[in-house]
Amino acid sequence: MKKAIALVLTVFLVTALVQSVAGTARAAAKPYTFGLLLVGPYNDRGYSQAHYEGGQYVEKTVPGARMIYIDKVNPADRPGITIPQLVDDMVEKGARLVIANSDDMKDGIREAARQHPDIHFVHVSGDDVLTGKAPKNLVNTFGRMEYGKMMAGFVAALTTRTGKIGYLGPLINEETRRLAGSAYLGARYAWEKVLKKNPKDLTFQVTWIGFWFNIPGVTADPTQVAQNFYNTGFDVVISGIDTTEAVTVAKQKAKEGKQAWAIPYDYVGACEGGSSVCLGVPYFNWGPGYSGLVKKSMTGPWKSEWTWLGPDWQDINNHRTTNVGFMEGDALAPGVKKELKTFIRDLGSKKVQLFKGPLRYQDGTVFLREGEVATDKQVWYMPKLLEGMQGAGSAK
Amino acid sequence: MALETALTLTVVLGFTTLVLLLAGAPPLESYRQIVKGSLGSWGKVTHVIKVWIPLTLAACGLLYTFRIGLWNIGVEGQVMVGAVLTTYVLRTGSDGQHGQYLLAAALLAGMAGGALWAVMAGYLKTRGGVHEIFAGLGLNFVAQGLVLWLIFGPWKQPGIASMSGTETFAEHLWMPYLEGLRISPAALGMTLTSVVLTAYMLRATRFGLYLKAIGSNEKAAFLFGLRPQATMILAMVCAGGFAGLAGSFQVAGVYHRLIPAISSGYGYLALLVVMLSGFSVWVSPLVAFFFACLNVGSIQLPMVLQLDSSLSGVIQGTLVMAALAMHAMRARSRKGGGPDAGG
Repeated sequence: MKKAIALVLTVFLVTALVQSVAGTARAAAKPYTFGLLLVGPYNDRGYSQAHYEGGQYVEKTVPGARMIYIDKVNPADRPGITIPQLVDDMVEKGARLVIANSDDMKDGIREAARQHPDIHFVHVSGDDVLTGKAPKNLVNTFGRMEYGKMMAGFVAALTTRTGKIGYLGPLINEETRRLAGSAYLGARYAWEKVLKKNPKDLTFQVTWIGFWFNIPGVTADPTQVAQNFYNTGFDVVISGIDTTEAVTVAKQKAKEGKQAWAIPYDYVGACEGGSSVCLGVPYFNWGPGYSGLVKKSMTGPWKSEWTWLGPDWQDINNHRTTNVGFMEGDALAPGVKKELKTFIRDLGSKKVQLFKGPLRYQDGTVFLREGEVATDKQVWYMPKLLEGMQGAGSAK
Repeated sequence: MALETALTLTVVLGFTTLVLLLAGAPPLESYRQIVKGSLGSWGKVTHVIKVWIPLTLAACGLLYTFRIGLWNIGVEGQVMVGAVLTTYVLRTGSDGQHGQYLLAAALLAGMAGGALWAVMAGYLKTRGGVHEIFAGLGLNFVAQGLVLWLIFGPWKQPGIASMSGTETFAEHLWMPYLEGLRISPAALGMTLTSVVLTAYMLRATRFGLYLKAIGSNEKAAFLFGLRPQATMILAMVCAGGFAGLAGSFQVAGVYHRLIPAISSGYGYLALLVVMLSGFSVWVSPLVAFFFACLNVGSIQLPMVLQLDSSLSGVIQGTLVMAALAMHAMRARSRKGGGPDAGG
């Protein structure tokens, strides 16, 4: 028995040595390789797929760029695997730039960036540059999804018959607070300025599941949370999580004869398969942003910076230019479409500014005084939910 | 014996190849990628060792309980509780003082935590008459619940409610590792010591002999004046201690924080390691190394071949079945049963 195992292990080791020698032999004419770490599956119809297709866009549009990626990078899906370990592997495979797409990778990517000072790193959604924790080779970037969420809230409020909008939230942090807040502001604006109704009659409930997607036994089940919304009088659910449970549940409920609509998140194609209930989707379009980063990494200089990329207001759905967009769904009523067009135009021209005082937090304290417009940092670091929203706003 | 092992490996290889073919993957290339991805460079080997450390520690612990005939399924929970107590100690040290003492205390706390959790299963067995498999499984769920509650409740990051994990510790509270090698020499040293110590304890001490005697025939051992119940508790303490240390290293050496999947399933995996190695002290670390290679190398399947990496789970599953079949065959041939074979 021992001999047999020893034999197997010896064969294993010898093969490995041969492999590694053979590996070093072929390393001619390299293209410019960038690595992409995705928190969810590359085909999740949500957050990670948007990044994956952004990477594919770079391969198509930037000559010489080649992507390597690994998906499901989270400790539940890949027990025992760490971010620095994956980065080591990508660097061995020739990556000169590594992009980490999730908030959850913040500490791991910082550690990896310190270990590889000559490699360029991007942490999407992070703020290490703002907090001063970032090493020199680490860049933060994100899309201004606040606008997409405002549009989502806007159409939700114009669609709801019951006046009750549910927000299926992931976990609670700065990012998710400001996104849920933006959706609420969009909804309140539509309710008050377009429908001329009293904001007090609008219910906006946020329920958090605990992570960006369902982890059975660890998070709350998003399917159940969505069902619970529809069963208790909410007829529009805005999703803030990486996956499309809200659309699936809305479809079921519509089949049962209920009025139910959903607004998924992240990925331009998230409405597909549920178009009868889908009002539209605010999405990230990573192609242009990623191309810029890869080009910068190729030619230099690479410096630590924090960027927040906005929509192309000329056409928020132009895939060559915009960083965030809103793709209308089939369930969107023609009248609402018209209003949305006006709303987008006014957002673009800053005629409508929703993060503008007077605004109060959920607990009644002042966020913005009369006429005060929030700075980027104030929006980014919004510490609490806004007045008028229901649900937990922070971890005490 | 060699025939059984060869048979097992053939079955495993054959079945895995079949699965790969069904998945539309080139089997040879897949195996090549796994080998290359785990042993292809020093960097990769260090990552394999990082997985090997907790796996081997948990396996060491299990050798004691298997020797006395206990199925310590609760090892998974023992790893988790070890991680929890280590986190508890490290959380007190944010001021940057006495990093190394705190780390030492954290490791001891981890061992104590694992031991405590194991003793609970032990007492449920000896006093309550609850079979250790059920006690252990139950306690695993409790431990996982405890971890989740701590992360989402008392130990959550300021202003954040996320299942991602607790705040990362300051760097002076990480297990120090060699620059460029990414291995903690202390963790590696302690693991190697644990293997030698376990071999010594099981083979050369009276305690080891008692374990074996009781494992072979509890009643006869009792008639000879041994104390089966107390010895079982002691075996559980050893098992839990090593498992707890594995959890400590996961926190202090690998993740530098507490996360929901902190045990990485190494407890359950260690059960397979020990079974597959025929309950041998010297073979277990080798088999653990093999599993560690599989864990690290299989990441190449999605990265290079665009295959779903859960295929490595299938390979492990096949190994489990083969190991169990081998175990059953061996038990039948000895008409005995029970995990009492020597190594």
